[in-house]
Amino acid sequence: MTPATWPRDERVEDRLLVIDPASGELRDARVHELPRHLAPGDLLVLNDAATLPASLPAHTGAGARVELRLAMHLGDARWRAVLFGPGDWRTRTEDRAPPPSVRPGNELRIGPELAAIVEHVDPRHPRLLAVRFSVSGAALWAALYRHGHPVQYAHVAGDLELWHVQTPFASRPWAAEMPSAGRPLAWSVLSELRARGVRLAVLTHAAGMSSTGDPDLDAALPMPERFDVPSATVLAVARAHAEGGRVVAVGTTVVRALEGCARLHGGELVAGEGTTDLRIDARFRPRVVDGMVTGLHEIGSSHRELLHAFAGEALLARAWSHAEAAGYLDHEFGDVCLVLRGG
Amino acid sequence: MELAGSSVLVTGASRGLGAALARRLAAAGAKVALVARGERELAEVVDGIRAAGGVAHGIAADVGDKRAAHAIAGAAAALVGPVDVLVQAASTLGHVPLRLWLDTDCEALEQALQVNVVGPLRLAKLVAGPMVLRGRGLLVHVTSDASVEAYPRWGAYGASKAALDHLGRILGAELEGTGVRVVTVDPGEMRTQMHADAIPDADPSTLLDPDVVAARVVRLMLGAEGLANGARVQASTWAEGAS
Repeated sequence: MTPATWPRDERVEDRLLVIDPASGELRDARVHELPRHLAPGDLLVLNDAATLPASLPAHTGAGARVELRLAMHLGDARWRAVLFGPGDWRTRTEDRAPPPSVRPGNELRIGPELAAIVEHVDPRHPRLLAVRFSVSGAALWAALYRHGHPVQYAHVAGDLELWHVQTPFASRPWAAEMPSAGRPLAWSVLSELRARGVRLAVLTHAAGMSSTGDPDLDAALPMPERFDVPSATVLAVARAHAEGGRVVAVGTTVVRALEGCARLHGGELVAGEGTTDLRIDARFRPRVVDGMVTGLHEIGSSHRELLHAFAGEALLARAWSHAEAAGYLDHEFGDVCLVLRGG
Repeated sequence: MELAGSSVLVTGASRGLGAALARRLAAAGAKVALVARGERELAEVVDGIRAAGGVAHGIAADVGDKRAAHAIAGAAAALVGPVDVLVQAASTLGHVPLRLWLDTDCEALEQALQVNVVGPLRLAKLVAGPMVLRGRGLLVHVTSDASVEAYPRWGAYGASKAALDHLGRILGAELEGTGVRVVTVDPGEMRTQMHADAIPDADPSTLLDPDVVAARVVRLMLGAEGLANGARVQASTWAEGAS
Protein backbone atom coordinates (compact mmCIF):
# COMPACT_ATOMS: atom_id res chain seq x y z
CA MET A 1 0.00 0.00 0.00
CA THR A 2 1.18 3.57 -0.61
CA PRO A 3 1.94 5.56 2.54
CA ALA A 4 0.14 8.84 3.14
CA THR A 5 2.87 11.45 3.25
CA TRP A 6 0.93 14.30 4.89
CA PRO A 7 -2.39 14.74 6.71
CA ARG A 8 -5.37 15.54 4.47
CA ASP A 9 -6.69 19.11 4.88
CA GLU A 10 -10.20 17.75 5.45
CA ARG A 11 -9.67 14.88 7.83
CA VAL A 12 -13.19 13.46 7.54
CA GLU A 13 -12.53 12.84 3.84
CA ASP A 14 -10.11 10.07 4.82
CA ARG A 15 -11.35 6.79 3.40
CA LEU A 16 -13.10 4.23 5.56
CA LEU A 17 -13.12 0.58 4.51
CA VAL A 18 -16.00 -1.14 6.27
CA ILE A 19 -15.25 -4.81 6.90
CA ASP A 20 -18.03 -7.04 8.22
CA PRO A 21 -16.55 -10.25 9.65
CA ALA A 22 -20.01 -11.85 9.83
CA SER A 23 -21.01 -11.44 6.18
CA GLY A 24 -17.53 -11.03 4.72
CA GLU A 25 -18.79 -7.89 3.00
CA LEU A 26 -16.44 -4.98 2.17
CA ARG A 27 -17.74 -1.46 1.59
CA ASP A 28 -15.92 1.71 0.57
CA ALA A 29 -16.86 4.81 2.54
CA ARG A 30 -15.42 8.03 3.94
CA VAL A 31 -14.85 8.82 7.60
CA HIS A 32 -17.75 11.32 7.63
CA GLU A 33 -20.01 8.35 6.83
CA LEU A 34 -19.00 6.45 9.97
CA PRO A 35 -22.27 7.34 11.78
CA ARG A 36 -24.34 5.32 9.30
CA HIS A 37 -22.28 2.22 10.05
CA LEU A 38 -22.91 2.37 13.80
CA ALA A 39 -26.24 1.99 15.59
CA PRO A 40 -27.90 3.76 18.52
CA GLY A 41 -26.64 2.12 21.71
CA ASP A 42 -23.22 1.33 20.25
CA LEU A 43 -20.29 2.70 22.25
CA LEU A 44 -17.25 4.25 20.60
CA VAL A 45 -14.21 4.26 22.91
CA LEU A 46 -11.49 6.82 22.18
CA ASN A 47 -7.91 7.23 23.42
CA ASP A 48 -7.40 10.84 24.57
CA ALA A 49 -3.61 10.58 24.95
CA ALA A 50 -1.91 13.59 23.37
CA THR A 51 1.21 12.96 21.34
CA LEU A 52 4.43 13.87 23.10
CA PRO A 53 7.25 15.92 21.61
CA ALA A 54 9.11 12.62 22.07
CA SER A 55 12.06 13.13 19.71
CA LEU A 56 14.86 14.99 21.46
CA PRO A 57 18.08 15.86 19.57
CA ALA A 58 21.01 15.56 21.98
CA HIS A 59 24.74 15.07 22.16
CA THR A 60 26.88 12.87 24.34
CA GLY A 61 29.64 14.09 26.64
CA ALA A 62 32.12 13.17 23.88
CA GLY A 63 30.20 15.39 21.46
CA ALA A 64 28.51 12.65 19.40
CA ARG A 65 25.14 13.69 17.99
CA VAL A 66 22.29 11.38 18.97
CA GLU A 67 18.49 11.38 19.12
CA LEU A 68 16.67 10.31 22.26
CA ARG A 69 13.11 9.09 21.73
CA LEU A 70 10.85 8.95 24.76
CA ALA A 71 8.98 5.66 25.05
CA MET A 72 7.26 5.68 28.45
CA HIS A 73 7.03 7.87 31.53
CA LEU A 74 8.36 5.92 34.51
CA GLY A 75 7.39 8.54 37.09
CA ASP A 76 8.83 11.86 38.27
CA ALA A 77 11.63 12.87 35.90
CA ARG A 78 12.34 9.27 34.83
CA TRP A 79 11.55 7.96 31.35
CA ARG A 80 12.18 4.85 29.33
CA ALA A 81 13.78 5.96 26.08
CA VAL A 82 15.42 4.58 22.95
CA LEU A 83 18.68 6.02 21.67
CA PHE A 84 19.22 6.64 17.95
CA GLY A 85 22.46 7.52 16.15
CA PRO A 86 23.21 10.78 14.31
CA GLY A 87 20.70 12.09 11.81
CA ASP A 88 16.96 12.46 11.97
CA TRP A 89 13.70 11.17 10.51
CA ARG A 90 14.81 11.85 6.93
CA THR A 91 16.92 8.70 7.10
CA ARG A 92 14.88 5.49 7.34
CA THR A 93 15.22 4.16 10.89
CA GLU A 94 16.64 0.88 9.60
CA ASP A 95 19.37 2.83 7.76
CA ARG A 96 20.33 5.04 10.73
CA ALA A 97 23.86 4.62 12.03
CA PRO A 98 23.85 3.06 15.50
CA PRO A 99 24.37 5.39 18.45
CA PRO A 100 27.55 5.24 20.51
CA SER A 101 27.18 2.93 23.50
CA VAL A 102 26.30 4.69 26.73
CA ARG A 103 26.70 3.73 30.37
CA PRO A 104 24.83 4.60 33.54
CA GLY A 105 25.86 8.07 34.65
CA ASN A 106 26.49 9.35 31.10
CA GLU A 107 24.88 12.68 30.31
CA LEU A 108 22.95 13.36 27.11
CA ARG A 109 22.80 17.14 26.69
CA ILE A 110 19.56 18.35 25.04
CA GLY A 111 19.67 22.08 25.74
CA PRO A 112 21.31 24.57 28.11
CA GLU A 113 18.63 23.85 30.74
CA LEU A 114 17.98 20.17 29.97
CA ALA A 115 20.02 16.98 30.10
CA ALA A 116 19.09 13.31 30.38
CA ILE A 117 21.26 11.21 32.65
CA VAL A 118 21.44 7.52 31.78
CA GLU A 119 20.32 5.49 34.80
CA HIS A 120 20.05 2.05 33.31
CA VAL A 121 20.96 0.31 30.06
CA ASP A 122 18.82 -2.70 29.22
CA PRO A 123 21.18 -5.70 29.04
CA ARG A 124 19.25 -7.12 26.06
CA HIS A 125 19.19 -3.91 24.03
CA PRO A 126 22.02 -1.37 24.51
CA ARG A 127 19.81 1.34 22.92
CA LEU A 128 16.96 0.83 25.40
CA LEU A 129 17.57 3.13 28.36
CA ALA A 130 16.06 4.43 31.54
CA VAL A 131 17.00 8.10 31.88
CA ARG A 132 16.48 10.78 34.51
CA PHE A 133 16.11 14.37 33.35
CA SER A 134 18.06 17.15 35.04
CA VAL A 135 14.86 19.08 35.87
CA SER A 136 11.38 17.92 36.86
CA GLY A 137 7.78 19.09 37.06
CA ALA A 138 6.69 22.15 35.10
CA ALA A 139 10.30 23.00 34.21
CA LEU A 140 10.73 19.57 32.58
CA TRP A 141 7.50 19.82 30.60
CA ALA A 142 8.41 23.32 29.39
CA ALA A 143 11.85 22.07 28.31
CA LEU A 144 10.45 18.97 26.56
CA TYR A 145 8.01 21.12 24.55
CA ARG A 146 10.82 23.62 23.80
CA HIS A 147 13.31 21.07 22.48
CA GLY A 148 11.22 18.09 21.42
CA HIS A 149 9.57 17.29 18.12
CA PRO A 150 7.01 14.65 17.25
CA VAL A 151 8.54 11.29 16.32
CA GLN A 152 8.23 10.84 12.58
CA TYR A 153 9.41 8.53 9.83
CA ALA A 154 10.99 8.89 6.40
CA HIS A 155 7.76 8.41 4.41
CA VAL A 156 6.42 11.79 5.61
CA ALA A 157 6.96 14.78 3.28
CA GLY A 158 8.27 17.35 5.76
CA ASP A 159 8.87 18.37 9.36
CA LEU A 160 5.85 17.65 11.52
CA GLU A 161 4.63 20.04 14.18
CA LEU A 162 2.73 18.89 17.24
CA TRP A 163 -0.57 20.07 15.76
CA HIS A 164 -0.17 17.61 12.88
CA VAL A 165 -0.06 14.67 15.24
CA GLN A 166 -2.90 15.31 17.68
CA THR A 167 -6.34 13.77 17.65
CA PRO A 168 -9.26 16.25 17.98
CA PHE A 169 -9.72 15.14 21.60
CA ALA A 170 -6.14 14.87 22.90
CA SER A 171 -5.57 15.62 26.59
CA ARG A 172 -2.68 14.25 28.66
CA PRO A 173 0.61 13.90 26.74
CA TRP A 174 1.16 10.18 27.21
CA ALA A 175 1.65 8.91 23.65
CA ALA A 176 5.17 8.42 22.26
CA GLU A 177 3.53 8.36 18.82
CA MET A 178 0.11 9.55 17.70
CA PRO A 179 -2.80 7.19 18.43
CA SER A 180 -3.59 7.62 14.76
CA ALA A 181 -6.94 5.86 14.32
CA GLY A 182 -8.63 8.74 16.13
CA ARG A 183 -6.98 11.46 14.04
CA PRO A 184 -9.67 11.65 11.31
CA LEU A 185 -12.56 11.77 13.82
CA ALA A 186 -13.33 15.48 13.67
CA TRP A 187 -15.97 16.85 16.02
CA SER A 188 -18.44 17.06 13.13
CA VAL A 189 -18.39 13.24 13.04
CA LEU A 190 -18.32 12.78 16.82
CA SER A 191 -21.25 15.23 17.23
CA GLU A 192 -23.29 13.39 14.61
CA LEU A 193 -22.58 10.08 16.32
CA ARG A 194 -23.83 11.51 19.62
CA ALA A 195 -26.92 12.94 17.93
CA ARG A 196 -27.70 9.49 16.51
CA GLY A 197 -27.51 7.83 19.91
CA VAL A 198 -24.02 6.37 19.64
CA ARG A 199 -22.31 6.93 22.96
CA LEU A 200 -18.73 8.12 23.32
CA ALA A 201 -16.35 7.05 26.07
CA VAL A 202 -12.72 7.80 26.72
CA LEU A 203 -9.60 6.25 28.18
CA THR A 204 -5.96 7.22 28.12
CA HIS A 205 -3.38 4.81 26.77
CA ALA A 206 0.32 5.61 26.43
CA ALA A 207 0.73 4.52 22.82
CA GLY A 208 4.33 3.46 22.38
CA MET A 209 6.73 3.70 19.49
CA SER A 210 5.95 1.71 16.37
CA SER A 211 9.44 1.03 15.03
CA THR A 212 13.07 1.52 15.97
CA GLY A 213 14.68 0.09 12.84
CA ASP A 214 16.54 -2.47 14.97
CA PRO A 215 15.08 -5.98 14.46
CA ASP A 216 15.99 -7.12 17.99
CA LEU A 217 14.45 -4.04 19.55
CA ASP A 218 11.40 -4.11 17.27
CA ALA A 219 10.75 -7.71 18.34
CA ALA A 220 10.20 -6.33 21.86
CA LEU A 221 7.41 -4.00 20.62
CA PRO A 222 4.89 -3.18 21.83
CA MET A 223 6.54 -2.66 25.21
CA PRO A 224 4.41 -2.58 28.37
CA GLU A 225 2.20 0.51 28.16
CA ARG A 226 0.35 2.56 30.75
CA PHE A 227 -3.41 3.10 30.65
CA ASP A 228 -6.09 4.86 32.68
CA VAL A 229 -9.73 3.81 32.38
CA PRO A 230 -12.24 6.24 33.99
CA SER A 231 -15.15 4.78 35.94
CA ALA A 232 -17.60 6.41 33.51
CA THR A 233 -16.10 4.28 30.73
CA VAL A 234 -16.43 1.08 32.77
CA LEU A 235 -20.11 1.92 33.29
CA ALA A 236 -20.61 2.83 29.63
CA VAL A 237 -19.15 -0.52 28.49
CA ALA A 238 -21.39 -2.44 30.90
CA ARG A 239 -24.42 -0.45 29.76
CA ALA A 240 -23.68 -1.00 26.05
CA HIS A 241 -23.35 -4.74 26.52
CA ALA A 242 -26.42 -4.96 28.76
CA GLU A 243 -28.48 -3.13 26.14
CA GLY A 244 -27.19 -5.09 23.15
CA GLY A 245 -24.87 -2.37 21.86
CA ARG A 246 -21.45 -3.01 20.42
CA VAL A 247 -18.23 -1.70 21.95
CA VAL A 248 -16.07 -0.26 19.18
CA ALA A 249 -12.47 0.60 20.01
CA VAL A 250 -10.83 3.43 18.08
CA GLY A 251 -7.30 2.18 17.56
CA THR A 252 -5.23 -0.75 18.69
CA THR A 253 -4.29 1.21 21.82
CA VAL A 254 -7.91 1.20 23.02
CA VAL A 255 -8.16 -2.55 22.41
CA ARG A 256 -4.95 -3.12 24.38
CA ALA A 257 -6.12 -0.88 27.22
CA LEU A 258 -9.60 -2.39 27.54
CA GLU A 259 -8.59 -6.02 27.07
CA GLY A 260 -5.37 -5.57 29.06
CA CYS A 261 -7.31 -3.98 31.92
CA ALA A 262 -9.90 -6.80 31.88
CA ARG A 263 -7.15 -9.43 31.85
CA LEU A 264 -5.53 -7.85 34.91
CA HIS A 265 -8.84 -8.18 36.79
CA GLY A 266 -10.04 -11.68 35.95
CA GLY A 267 -11.99 -10.62 32.88
CA GLU A 268 -13.69 -7.64 34.51
CA LEU A 269 -13.12 -4.08 33.44
CA VAL A 270 -12.09 -2.08 36.51
CA ALA A 271 -11.59 1.69 36.63
CA GLY A 272 -8.13 3.05 37.30
CA GLU A 273 -4.57 3.04 36.06
CA GLY A 274 -2.54 0.03 35.08
CA THR A 275 0.17 -1.26 32.78
CA THR A 276 -0.36 -3.90 30.16
CA ASP A 277 2.03 -6.04 28.14
CA LEU A 278 -0.86 -7.80 26.44
CA ARG A 279 -0.13 -8.93 22.87
CA ILE A 280 -3.25 -9.67 20.87
CA ASP A 281 -3.32 -12.08 17.93
CA ALA A 282 -5.60 -14.66 16.28
CA ARG A 283 -5.64 -16.82 19.44
CA PHE A 284 -6.94 -13.98 21.59
CA ARG A 285 -10.65 -13.92 22.42
CA PRO A 286 -11.75 -10.33 23.18
CA ARG A 287 -13.92 -10.03 26.29
CA VAL A 288 -14.75 -6.34 26.08
CA VAL A 289 -14.31 -5.09 22.52
CA ASP A 290 -16.66 -6.10 19.68
CA GLY A 291 -15.03 -4.23 16.83
CA MET A 292 -12.60 -1.50 15.99
CA VAL A 293 -11.58 1.42 13.83
CA THR A 294 -7.93 1.17 12.86
CA GLY A 295 -5.39 2.09 10.23
CA LEU A 296 -4.52 -0.20 7.32
CA HIS A 297 -1.46 -1.53 9.06
CA GLU A 298 1.31 -3.40 7.28
CA ILE A 299 0.88 -7.15 7.07
CA GLY A 300 3.13 -8.73 9.70
CA SER A 301 3.02 -5.74 12.10
CA SER A 302 1.73 -6.21 15.64
CA HIS A 303 -1.14 -3.79 14.87
CA ARG A 304 -2.22 -5.97 11.92
CA GLU A 305 -1.85 -9.14 14.05
CA LEU A 306 -4.23 -7.65 16.58
CA LEU A 307 -6.98 -7.44 13.93
CA HIS A 308 -7.03 -11.24 13.75
CA ALA A 309 -8.87 -11.23 17.05
CA PHE A 310 -11.79 -9.63 15.16
CA ALA A 311 -11.65 -11.05 11.63
CA GLY A 312 -10.19 -14.08 9.87
CA GLU A 313 -7.03 -13.85 7.79
CA ALA A 314 -8.82 -14.72 4.54
CA LEU A 315 -11.18 -11.75 4.93
CA LEU A 316 -8.40 -9.40 6.04
CA ALA A 317 -6.23 -10.47 3.10
CA ARG A 318 -9.11 -9.79 0.73
CA ALA A 319 -9.75 -6.42 2.39
CA TRP A 320 -6.08 -5.42 2.14
CA SER A 321 -5.91 -6.44 -1.55
CA HIS A 322 -9.03 -4.41 -2.23
CA ALA A 323 -7.66 -1.41 -0.33
CA GLU A 324 -4.40 -1.57 -2.26
CA ALA A 325 -6.15 -1.84 -5.62
CA ALA A 326 -8.60 0.95 -4.70
CA GLY A 327 -5.77 3.33 -3.78
CA TYR A 328 -6.19 3.45 -0.02
CA LEU A 329 -3.20 4.95 1.82
CA ASP A 330 -1.52 3.50 4.88
CA HIS A 331 0.56 4.72 7.85
CA GLU A 332 -0.36 7.35 10.42
CA PHE A 333 -1.94 9.88 8.05
CA GLY A 334 -3.54 7.20 5.92
CA ASP A 335 -7.02 5.77 5.61
CA VAL A 336 -8.82 3.64 8.18
CA CYS A 337 -11.05 0.62 8.36
CA LEU A 338 -13.98 -0.36 10.56
CA VAL A 339 -13.98 -4.04 11.47
CA LEU A 340 -17.38 -4.77 12.99
CA ARG A 341 -20.09 -7.36 12.72
CA GLY A 342 -23.19 -5.85 11.13
CA GLY A 343 -25.75 -4.94 13.78
CA MET B 1 -18.85 22.60 38.88
CA GLU B 2 -17.17 20.99 41.89
CA LEU B 3 -13.84 22.76 42.46
CA ALA B 4 -12.19 20.59 45.14
CA GLY B 5 -9.91 18.11 43.38
CA SER B 6 -10.64 19.56 39.94
CA SER B 7 -7.94 20.41 37.39
CA VAL B 8 -7.79 24.06 36.44
CA LEU B 9 -5.77 25.99 33.86
CA VAL B 10 -5.58 29.79 34.31
CA THR B 11 -3.95 32.15 31.79
CA GLY B 12 -2.81 35.64 32.70
CA ALA B 13 -2.13 34.16 36.10
CA SER B 14 0.88 36.22 37.20
CA ARG B 15 -1.04 39.43 37.90
CA GLY B 16 -4.41 41.01 38.52
CA LEU B 17 -7.58 38.98 38.22
CA GLY B 18 -5.82 35.89 36.82
CA ALA B 19 -3.49 35.65 39.84
CA ALA B 20 -6.34 36.31 42.29
CA LEU B 21 -8.47 33.61 40.65
CA ALA B 22 -5.61 31.09 40.68
CA ARG B 23 -5.15 31.73 44.43
CA ARG B 24 -8.87 31.41 45.18
CA LEU B 25 -9.33 28.27 43.06
CA ALA B 26 -6.32 26.63 44.71
CA ALA B 27 -7.69 27.60 48.12
CA ALA B 28 -10.95 25.88 47.12
CA GLY B 29 -8.97 22.66 46.57
CA ALA B 30 -8.38 22.79 42.82
CA LYS B 31 -5.06 21.76 41.28
CA VAL B 32 -4.03 24.80 39.30
CA ALA B 33 -1.74 25.23 36.30
CA LEU B 34 -0.85 28.90 35.90
CA VAL B 35 0.21 30.47 32.62
CA ALA B 36 1.85 33.86 32.09
CA ARG B 37 4.71 35.33 30.08
CA GLY B 38 6.75 36.64 33.01
CA GLU B 39 8.55 33.71 34.62
CA ARG B 40 9.56 35.54 37.81
CA GLU B 41 6.19 37.06 38.60
CA LEU B 42 4.55 33.72 37.83
CA ALA B 43 6.91 31.88 40.18
CA GLU B 44 5.99 34.29 42.98
CA VAL B 45 2.28 33.52 42.58
CA VAL B 46 2.97 29.76 42.39
CA ASP B 47 5.18 29.92 45.50
CA GLY B 48 2.48 31.85 47.35
CA ILE B 49 -0.17 29.24 46.54
CA ARG B 50 2.12 26.40 47.58
CA ALA B 51 3.03 28.16 50.81
CA ALA B 52 -0.69 28.32 51.56
CA GLY B 53 -0.94 24.56 51.04
CA GLY B 54 -2.32 24.63 47.50
CA VAL B 55 -1.29 22.71 44.39
CA ALA B 56 0.12 24.97 41.68
CA HIS B 57 2.43 24.72 38.67
CA GLY B 58 3.74 27.62 36.60
CA ILE B 59 3.97 27.42 32.81
CA ALA B 60 5.81 30.40 31.33
CA ALA B 61 4.31 30.98 27.89
CA ASP B 62 2.68 33.58 25.64
CA VAL B 63 -0.91 32.66 24.76
CA GLY B 64 -0.57 34.69 21.56
CA ASP B 65 2.11 32.30 20.30
CA LYS B 66 0.79 29.46 18.15
CA ARG B 67 3.65 27.17 19.15
CA ALA B 68 2.89 27.67 22.83
CA ALA B 69 -0.66 26.31 22.68
CA HIS B 70 0.21 22.62 22.70
CA ALA B 71 2.93 23.18 25.29
CA ILE B 72 0.45 24.95 27.59
CA ALA B 73 -2.37 22.42 27.19
CA GLY B 74 -0.03 19.41 27.28
CA ALA B 75 2.00 20.55 30.28
CA ALA B 76 -1.15 21.49 32.18
CA ALA B 77 -2.81 18.12 31.56
CA ALA B 78 0.42 16.32 32.48
CA LEU B 79 0.83 18.29 35.71
CA VAL B 80 -2.75 18.57 37.03
CA GLY B 81 -4.65 15.99 34.96
CA PRO B 82 -7.25 16.38 32.21
CA VAL B 83 -8.41 19.99 32.49
CA ASP B 84 -11.89 20.48 34.02
CA VAL B 85 -11.85 24.28 34.10
CA LEU B 86 -10.11 26.69 31.73
CA VAL B 87 -9.96 30.34 32.83
CA GLN B 88 -8.68 32.67 30.12
CA ALA B 89 -7.72 35.92 31.81
CA ALA B 90 -4.67 36.84 29.71
CA SER B 91 -5.18 40.00 27.68
CA THR B 92 -3.30 42.72 25.90
CA LEU B 93 -4.42 46.32 25.35
CA GLY B 94 -2.59 46.81 22.06
CA HIS B 95 -0.90 50.23 22.07
CA VAL B 96 -0.01 51.71 25.46
CA PRO B 97 -0.85 54.58 25.82
CA LEU B 98 -4.12 53.78 24.07
CA ARG B 99 -4.58 55.32 20.63
CA LEU B 100 -7.43 56.53 18.48
CA TRP B 101 -8.37 54.04 15.75
CA LEU B 102 -7.00 56.44 13.13
CA ASP B 103 -3.61 56.37 14.87
CA THR B 104 -3.59 52.63 15.54
CA ASP B 105 -1.01 50.50 13.76
CA CYS B 106 -2.89 47.58 12.29
CA GLU B 107 -0.16 45.32 13.69
CA ALA B 108 -1.31 46.35 17.17
CA LEU B 109 -4.83 45.17 16.32
CA GLU B 110 -3.40 41.93 14.95
CA GLN B 111 -1.49 41.40 18.15
CA ALA B 112 -4.58 42.12 20.27
CA LEU B 113 -6.53 39.61 18.20
CA GLN B 114 -3.79 37.00 18.62
CA VAL B 115 -3.67 37.31 22.40
CA ASN B 116 -7.33 38.11 23.11
CA VAL B 117 -9.14 35.96 20.52
CA VAL B 118 -7.01 33.51 18.52
CA GLY B 119 -4.98 32.30 21.50
CA PRO B 120 -8.12 31.71 23.60
CA LEU B 121 -9.68 29.77 20.72
CA ARG B 122 -6.54 27.63 20.42
CA LEU B 123 -6.65 26.71 24.10
CA ALA B 124 -10.42 26.24 24.07
CA LYS B 125 -10.06 23.83 21.13
CA LEU B 126 -7.39 21.86 22.95
CA VAL B 127 -9.27 21.44 26.23
CA ALA B 128 -12.95 21.38 25.21
CA GLY B 129 -12.70 18.21 23.07
CA PRO B 130 -11.48 16.00 25.90
CA MET B 131 -13.97 17.74 28.23
CA VAL B 132 -16.86 16.66 25.98
CA LEU B 133 -15.63 13.05 26.05
CA ARG B 134 -15.58 13.21 29.86
CA GLY B 135 -19.00 14.85 29.91
CA ARG B 136 -18.05 17.89 31.97
CA GLY B 137 -16.05 21.07 31.86
CA LEU B 138 -16.17 24.83 32.19
CA LEU B 139 -14.57 27.53 30.08
CA VAL B 140 -14.43 31.02 31.57
CA HIS B 141 -13.39 33.90 29.33
CA VAL B 142 -12.62 37.29 30.85
CA THR B 143 -13.95 40.20 28.82
CA SER B 144 -14.50 43.90 29.50
CA ASP B 145 -17.23 46.50 29.20
CA ALA B 146 -15.07 47.85 26.36
CA SER B 147 -16.48 44.97 24.30
CA VAL B 148 -19.93 46.60 24.29
CA GLU B 149 -19.29 50.31 24.98
CA ALA B 150 -17.72 52.45 22.24
CA TYR B 151 -14.98 54.05 24.36
CA PRO B 152 -12.71 56.26 22.22
CA ARG B 153 -9.10 54.92 22.08
CA TRP B 154 -10.14 51.39 23.08
CA GLY B 155 -10.46 50.19 19.47
CA ALA B 156 -7.99 47.29 19.31
CA TYR B 157 -8.84 46.01 22.77
CA GLY B 158 -12.61 46.59 22.50
CA ALA B 159 -12.92 45.01 19.07
CA SER B 160 -10.90 41.97 20.18
CA LYS B 161 -13.00 41.55 23.33
CA ALA B 162 -16.22 41.86 21.29
CA ALA B 163 -14.90 39.02 19.14
CA LEU B 164 -14.09 37.02 22.27
CA ASP B 165 -17.66 37.55 23.56
CA HIS B 166 -19.10 36.17 20.34
CA LEU B 167 -16.57 33.35 20.23
CA GLY B 168 -17.97 32.30 23.60
CA ARG B 169 -21.62 32.59 22.51
CA ILE B 170 -21.12 30.39 19.46
CA LEU B 171 -18.90 27.91 21.28
CA GLY B 172 -21.52 27.68 24.03
CA ALA B 173 -24.24 27.01 21.46
CA GLU B 174 -22.13 24.29 19.85
CA LEU B 175 -21.38 22.65 23.21
CA GLU B 176 -24.99 22.75 24.43
CA GLY B 177 -25.98 19.38 25.84
CA THR B 178 -22.41 18.06 26.19
CA GLY B 179 -21.87 18.89 29.86
CA VAL B 180 -19.28 21.51 28.88
CA ARG B 181 -20.22 25.12 29.56
CA VAL B 182 -18.82 28.43 28.36
CA VAL B 183 -19.25 31.69 30.24
CA THR B 184 -17.80 35.10 29.38
CA VAL B 185 -17.46 37.36 32.37
CA ASP B 186 -17.06 41.13 32.53
CA PRO B 187 -15.20 41.70 35.81
CA GLY B 188 -15.74 45.47 36.09
CA GLU B 189 -12.97 48.05 36.57
CA MET B 190 -10.19 46.76 38.81
CA ARG B 191 -7.00 48.08 40.43
CA THR B 192 -4.65 46.25 38.08
CA GLN B 193 -1.51 46.99 36.10
CA MET B 194 -3.58 46.74 32.93
CA HIS B 195 -6.02 49.38 34.17
CA ALA B 196 -3.15 51.66 35.17
CA ASP B 197 -1.62 51.24 31.69
CA ALA B 198 -4.92 52.14 30.06
CA ILE B 199 -6.10 54.95 32.39
CA PRO B 200 -3.08 56.14 34.42
CA ASP B 201 -5.00 58.97 36.14
CA ALA B 202 -7.94 56.87 37.36
CA ASP B 203 -8.86 57.32 41.03
CA PRO B 204 -7.85 53.99 42.64
CA SER B 205 -10.61 54.34 45.24
CA THR B 206 -13.18 53.89 42.45
CA LEU B 207 -11.63 50.61 41.31
CA LEU B 208 -12.34 47.11 42.56
CA ASP B 209 -9.81 44.90 44.29
CA PRO B 210 -9.09 41.95 41.89
CA ASP B 211 -9.45 39.56 44.83
CA VAL B 212 -12.99 40.76 45.48
CA VAL B 213 -13.81 40.21 41.82
CA ALA B 214 -12.14 36.77 41.93
CA ALA B 215 -14.47 35.76 44.76
CA ARG B 216 -17.42 36.79 42.58
CA VAL B 217 -16.11 34.83 39.60
CA VAL B 218 -15.64 31.73 41.78
CA ARG B 219 -19.28 32.04 42.92
CA LEU B 220 -20.27 32.41 39.28
CA MET B 221 -18.31 29.25 38.39
CA LEU B 222 -20.10 27.30 41.10
CA GLY B 223 -23.44 28.49 39.70
CA ALA B 224 -22.58 28.28 35.99
CA GLU B 225 -25.10 25.47 35.38
CA GLY B 226 -27.89 28.00 35.75
CA LEU B 227 -26.60 30.19 32.91
CA ALA B 228 -27.32 29.90 29.21
CA ASN B 229 -24.35 28.21 27.56
CA GLY B 230 -22.09 30.91 26.12
CA ALA B 231 -23.66 33.70 28.18
CA ARG B 232 -21.85 36.99 28.75
CA VAL B 233 -22.37 38.05 32.37
CA GLN B 234 -21.20 40.74 34.76
CA ALA B 235 -19.24 39.62 37.81
CA SER B 236 -21.05 42.21 39.95
CA THR B 237 -24.17 40.00 39.67
CA TRP B 238 -22.27 37.51 41.84
CA ALA B 239 -21.27 40.04 44.51
CA GLU B 240 -21.69 38.63 48.00
CA GLY B 241 -25.27 39.10 49.06
CA ALA B 242 -26.45 39.81 45.50
CA SER B 243 -29.36 37.68 44.39
